Amino acid sequence: MKLDCKHVWEYISEYIDKTVDAELRKDIELHLEHCEICSAVLDSTRNILILTADDRTFELPVGYSKRLHERLKEEIEKSKQEPPGGGQK
Amino acid sequence: MRMTGTDEAGLIARIVAGEKEVFHELIRPYERMVYLTLFAIVKNETEAEDGAQEAVISAYRHLSSFRGDAKFSTWLTTIAINEGRKRLRKAKGAAENSIEEEEGHEGAYTPTPLTDWREIPLEALERKELRDALRVAVAELPDIYRQVFVLRDLQEQTIEETAQALGINPGAVKVRLHRARMMLQKRLVPFLKTTAPARRGFFGRAL
Repeated sequence: MKLDCKHVWEYISEYIDKTVDAELRKDIELHLEHCEICSAVLDSTRNILILTADDRTFELPVGYSKRLHERLKEEIEKSKQEPPGGGQK
Repeated sequence: MRMTGTDEAGLIARIVAGEKEVFHELIRPYERMVYLTLFAIVKNETEAEDGAQEAVISAYRHLSSFRGDAKFSTWLTTIAINEGRKRLRKAKGAAENSIEEEEGHEGAYTPTPLTDWREIPLEALERKELRDALRVAVAELPDIYRQVFVLRDLQEQTIEETAQALGINPGAVKVRLHRARMMLQKRLVPFLKTTAPARRGFFGRAL
């Protein structure tokens, strides 16, 4: 089936996730071969996903891990004082 | 990066049996995930960190109730989401009941065509301003889209895991994910326009 651009855009996300069926995938690929615009939309969306998964994009606050483990340590110490099963649901 | 299920099950068994310090080791691979999940909901660094600590403590306290029928990461994500929602409700008062809002606007999110993206991908991805822009754009997504996007694309959970953690069906995850991605695509295209050749034609005046 010949797809128009709008149709391809609807499936960009699923195409990236490889959850479109084989036939639709083939149609999309055929379209992408000759459509600069859709290829660019696909690439830009993919790039956003690469950037999103890059640890430098979403950084944790400085010292987060240290503070978390300190707090956890306190909690563990505290729970050792409690009788087994006590104070928990 | 993550532990295999059996390593994890082993750690969990040891903790429940009384080697409580092992929890530090269990949680380490998920610290980032817990924080980012909280941040996706509360959108404030301090709140997210406090919430992440609470979620981790809560997971520690309730570890014996973890049955292993879900993945530990999914179980932990659910705790983090609940903690985030609790904080959000507190912050916004009783009026905040609308986490499952507005699925309605159909078809409004068409991507922005831009042929120039392709020529600059790698250098562009190294640019700090682009990362900053992406952070802002993600923070500004409507809640229901941001939560799905963060779990799926930032934390790289599967569609199924995301659905389970948020208590929605996989179809809804796919729809929201698609819209989130298209909204981000649209938002980020202008950050690359400076490197793009001028476009002519009908849209020239509008740009």
